[in-house]
Formats: sequence, structure tokens, C-alpha cells
Amino acid sequence: MDLHDYAAATESTNIVTIQSRYGLYIDGEFCEPASKKYFDTINPATEDVLSQIADANENDVDRAVKAASRAFPAWASLPGSERAKYLYRIARILQERAREFAVLETMNNGKPIRETRDFDIPISVAHFFYHAGWADKLEYAGYGSHPQPLGVVGQIIPWNFPMMMLAWKIAPALACGNTVVLKPAETTPLSALLFADVLEQAGLPPGVVNIITGAGSTGSALVEHPDVAKIAFTGSTNVGKSIMQSLAGTAKRLTLELGGKGANIIFDDAPIDQAIEGIVNGIYFNQGHVCCAGSRLLVQENIVDEVLIRLQTRMSTLRIGNPLDKNTDIGAINSRAQLTRIQELVNAGVSEGAEIWKCTSELPIKGFWFAPSYFTNVTDAHRIVREEIFGPVLTIQTFRTPKEAVEKANNTPYGLSAGIWSEKTSKIHFMATHLKAGVVWANTFNKFDPASPFGGYRESGFGREGGRTGLGAYLKEVAS
Amino acid sequence: MNERIDVKKTLKLYINGAFVRSESGRSYEVKTSTGEFYANAALGSRKDVRDAVKAARDAQESWQQLTAYNRGQILYRLAELCETRRHQLETELSEIEGLSPANAKREIDTAIDRLVWYAGWADKISSVYGGHNQVAAPFFNFSVIEPTGVIGIVSESSSSFLSLISQVAPAITTGNTAVVIASQLNPVSAITFAEIAATSDVPAGVVNIVTGDYHELASWIAEHLDVDGIDLTGIREPEITKKLSQLASVNVKRVLSHHIGNTNYANEPSRMKFWTETKTVWHPIGS
Repeated sequence: MDLHDYAAATESTNIVTIQSRYGLYIDGEFCEPASKKYFDTINPATEDVLSQIADANENDVDRAVKAASRAFPAWASLPGSERAKYLYRIARILQERAREFAVLETMNNGKPIRETRDFDIPISVAHFFYHAGWADKLEYAGYGSHPQPLGVVGQIIPWNFPMMMLAWKIAPALACGNTVVLKPAETTPLSALLFADVLEQAGLPPGVVNIITGAGSTGSALVEHPDVAKIAFTGSTNVGKSIMQSLAGTAKRLTLELGGKGANIIFDDAPIDQAIEGIVNGIYFNQGHVCCAGSRLLVQENIVDEVLIRLQTRMSTLRIGNPLDKNTDIGAINSRAQLTRIQELVNAGVSEGAEIWKCTSELPIKGFWFAPSYFTNVTDAHRIVREEIFGPVLTIQTFRTPKEAVEKANNTPYGLSAGIWSEKTSKIHFMATHLKAGVVWANTFNKFDPASPFGGYRESGFGREGGRTGLGAYLKEVAS
Repeated sequence: MNERIDVKKTLKLYINGAFVRSESGRSYEVKTSTGEFYANAALGSRKDVRDAVKAARDAQESWQQLTAYNRGQILYRLAELCETRRHQLETELSEIEGLSPANAKREIDTAIDRLVWYAGWADKISSVYGGHNQVAAPFFNFSVIEPTGVIGIVSESSSSFLSLISQVAPAITTGNTAVVIASQLNPVSAITFAEIAATSDVPAGVVNIVTGDYHELASWIAEHLDVDGIDLTGIREPEITKKLSQLASVNVKRVLSHHIGNTNYANEPSRMKFWTETKTVWHPIGS
């Protein structure tokens, strides 16, 4: 029996109209793919087919890049104040259609409506609003007095935050005067395709943003297209490394936002109730499909028993199930492939001797589900501590001193995020100074904002998204 | 009376603050621009590169944690000692590398002034490129600029001293440490720079200089997992740049090459910014 019984409060899907089939959005209109091929996109919570999506081949990518190239001179030479107005329009239209986007995103991604409604879509809006204001102020952004756009930028985004990643990529690119070919993830194309409708409503000139769908080979064709000036990629570290290899020795610019294995560090003087919330938010937010997740919990040894008891109590109240139910905390795993990957790593953890604790909630029969879990009795050598699981699975280790916590936290090839929980400010600053991570959350976790630069050290990638710093990914510094 | 016989200097590697011969026991002839024998220099090996990377890694955290004011003074001290050695440097550039005396003087002037320019950056870069971020929630959010880590640098043959300074200074100013492959053709001024570094409060391991053939040595740096970035702007062969850039993907190294961005040697901050990371810290505001 559930600890707290709620009546279901299911968000209606009437607000969303999904077409039976989507072409590619190139040069301001939807068109058939040259490949003539389509693939199904599903709702991972039900496995129902939602629509058929065009599979773009090299010729399609070429058409999209050519459209973006043709649109570039006029867009780049438009006064920044006018580009800004288009971005403000996009922000406003997204606000007006926020519920529609939230429902669609939940249907295609599997994440809870509570998150798409309160997080994914509002922060996407905020990114357009924030970058709109930069478009006519770029000469004050610290990139020389005449910063110039790069040209056509190819953007490849992942499935964990489809709309937010789209906004993080497109908003700064357009504000800086570039034109865009964006490829959404294979499993979550629908919100990007609905976004094409927003662009139509905003009256954005044709070719400024082109949206092409497909799998890895579509992405490779975009990376290798000779007329693309820059690639911005968010996704796995392995794919990021292969993109580096393809671009080696070319003039194409590159920014990479890759994987992570973030340490969330709890000291014995932490505000313990907030810290427990921070642990849960750090790893179970978005089913753990978060590159900056706090997937390695480091707890000061003398409070580990208390933390585990409180964590179990808190996790027992997590509601897992229908993502469209407004009560739901944990939704569906995005795909069967990802579920298999999580299961494989969890099995590796068990066979390497770690002890697993799982939420006991009943899981739906259809769809892809994984109960929130954590491992104890792990060391730095375990695969589940070293490799990114990208699911709702936490590992728990202990430490005695701040120095040991720093060593353990930094003992990873990644460097995207870290969390610190303590009421002692000098200790927070000590930790923040020594952690090798692009984002450090102190007494909070998984907070994002368009004004706040985001991105990693080391194998978590290079370049930043957001803030003044993020503009550097889309501007050429030209000395006056 | 017999004419006095010169005391000639052995050209060694500079690793972890010490002048050492190559563990390989190899050396090669350094010639003047007119083709005369000048000296034997150490022909560095993979093991030398690994020793240099280890020294740079071990020195990096404490170099980064010095106050920026202190790092700035050490950079300035480098400039002071270059100034006192400028006659030696000018002579090396003109007599070995074949620059005209006027050009040699101009190169050294520019190099010393560039060190002074970077010295002043050490305690300003984080204010200029970091700062407060106005997030839409009750958090204090700020970004700081930190070094990338250990940087591998392949030097140029032309204008060996000025390019060396122009490549090394932007890396170390912000707290990176460096492993430098000196110009194979013109290693002498790099070794003189090592002597200057060794006597100017630059901690051991912050700058390491290996002489030899970069065709052999650079790939060991490009694929080394303890190197975080690699400066290939000293390389003029596109195929080699490409191969090294591919190797560098093994741990997502930051790669600076002629293909990418502004790689000028001018007094402007783009090179320095390239070897930094932005770290953003959030903390709630509450009572």
C-alpha cells in the first residue's frame, strides 16, 4: 500500500495535436525527406506510437545547410535590435503555448508533467528572453568591439531535456547572428517539430532555423558537412570524442557538453533535511537522465547511518508512474535501449559486490521503468562509481575529512558538477575552490538559469552555455 | 701566450626544476644559421616527456593555489631576469639563429614587455571574465576563471624566443603548468629561458622544457591522459596538426591550432582565455 494515497490528477492531452507523420523543417517549410524513410516515435510510458518521423540522409542535411547558408547574410546583417525582437516573440509565443509544449514533451520523453510544466518549458522560455537582450549588446560582451557571428551552426541535442536543450542551443546562436541546423534526438523529436510552428508564428525568415530529424548517421552528416562553421553537441562523452576526431584539422569550431559523474558531498554539519531533498533532487530528478546528476553521494562517515535512514524514508514517498499524472515524481525511462544500459550497469554493480536498495513501488507493466535505487558498499574501482549510468541509480561512499572528499570527488575523468552540503561557509568555499567541476551547487542541486554559465571540465567537454560566457561559443572575436 | 679556450655549455632538458640529460642518452647537433656546429642538445624521448608531464601535474595544483598577486609577481620576476640576460638572448638570436642585431633586439624587447603585460593579468582575469550572474531565483551565483591544468606546447622555429614567451606566458599566468617541446632547430634560447625560470621563483615543474624532434615527441603529449590541453600553433604541417588533434580527443583535451580562432601572439587575452575553465558556484540566499 502506498504511504500516501492520492487520486490520480491526469493532465489532459487534448491540448496537443500530433500529426501522423512529420517531414523535415527546411527553409521555412516542412518537406519530404530525400531518403523517403520514416521511423516511429513512441511514448516511453506506454510504448504507443505517437507519430512517424523523417529520417534525414546526407542529401537532406545538405539541403538544410544550404538553406541556412542562404539565410545567413541577411540574418547576420540584420541590426541586433531587430534580431532581438524575433527572439522576444519566440519567448512570448512559447509562454502562450507552454502547456501544449509541456504535455507533448512529457508524452514523447516520459518525464513527469510536473517537471515539464514547472521546469523544462519555463526555462526554455527564459533562455529566449535572456538571449534576446544580448542581440543588440554583443559589443559589450567581452569579445572585442566588433564581434561577428560564425555562420551556419550545426547543433545536435540529446533526449533528456529536448526542449530546454533546443533553447540552450538556438537562442544564443540566433542572438549572435548565426543561422542554425538543429538535429533533435532520435527518440524525442516532437517538441522540436512543434517549435517549427512557433517559428512560423514568430515570422522568422525562412532558413534561419532548420530542423532535421534522424539518428546518428544524420548527426554525422551534419558534423562532416563542409559548409558548417561550428558544431555544438550535447550528449555522451564517447560521441563527443568521435566528433573531435572528425573535426580534427578543420577550421570548424566545436563546443561539447558531455557526460558527468557528479559528486554530491554531505558534511556532518549540513542542514540535513535540505540535504536529503538535495540528494533526491540530485539523482532522481528526470529519472537520473541528467548529465550533471549528483550520482556519487559522498557522506561524512559519522552521519552515514542517519542519512541512509532518512533517505530511505524520503524515497519511500516517491511516486512512480504515469508521467501525465500531476502527482508523479518519477516518470518513465526514455527508451528501451537506455533501460537496458541501466540494467546492465546495475547488474555489474551487484556482481562486483555492491549492495543495492530499491524503492518498492509497483511499476507499470507497459513502458520502460526503473525503480529509484542506491548502492552501498562500493569503492572508486566499481564500474557503477566510474561510469555514467544516466538513470535513477545512486552510489554512496563515505569520507572523513574535506581533503578526502575532494580527492574522491575529483577521482573521475569527468568534471561537470558537484554538490556541497554544509552550514560552514569557509568549508563550502574550500570545497568549491578545489573541486574540478564546471558547476558547483552549495546547499542546493540541479539549479539552472540562462544567466548562469553551464559546462564541464576535463572529459565533460569544453565551452559554456548560458551567461555572458556562453556567447563565446557563437561569436568570432574580431580586433577593431 | 696561448689563446684562452672557451668553456662551452651543455644543453640539457629542464624538467621539474632540474637540468637533466635525456634518459635516452641521445643528443643532436645544433647548428648556427650559417651551418657551423654550435653544441649538442639532448634529443628528448617518450620517457622524458612523461617525466615532464608528471612534474607539471604534480606542480599544477599548488601553482594554481598561489595567490594571483604572487603569480603575477613571479611573472614580473621572469621579465626582470630576461632583462638582465638580454645581451645573452640577443646574441643567441643573432649569432645562432641569424637574426639581424636590430631584429634580435626588437624580439627581446617585445618578449620582455609581453611578460610584463601578462604579469598584470594574473589577478584581473577572473574579474574581467567571471563575475556575478543574475539568476531568477534567490541564489547568489558567481563564476570564477580557473586554469585548465597541464598544457602541452609545441614551439615554433621562427622567432624562437618571442613565440616561446607568447605561448608559455598565457598558459602559466592563470595557473596552468606547461610542458614545452622547444624548437628543434633553435633550442638555445629556450634553454636560456629555462635558466631564467630556474632562478626567478617559478616553482619547479611549472615550466618544463624538452628539446628534440616534435614529430616524435608531440604525439606522446597529445595522447597523455594527464595533459589537459595542447597548443599546436607552432606546427605548420596540417597533416601533423590533424593527427595530433585526433589523438587529443582521448581525454577531450582543449586543442589550440592555427585552424581555430585567434592565435595571434599579440598582447591580447584570447590565448590566456583559451587555457581557462569557467566554474560557476550557486548558494541559496536565505535568513
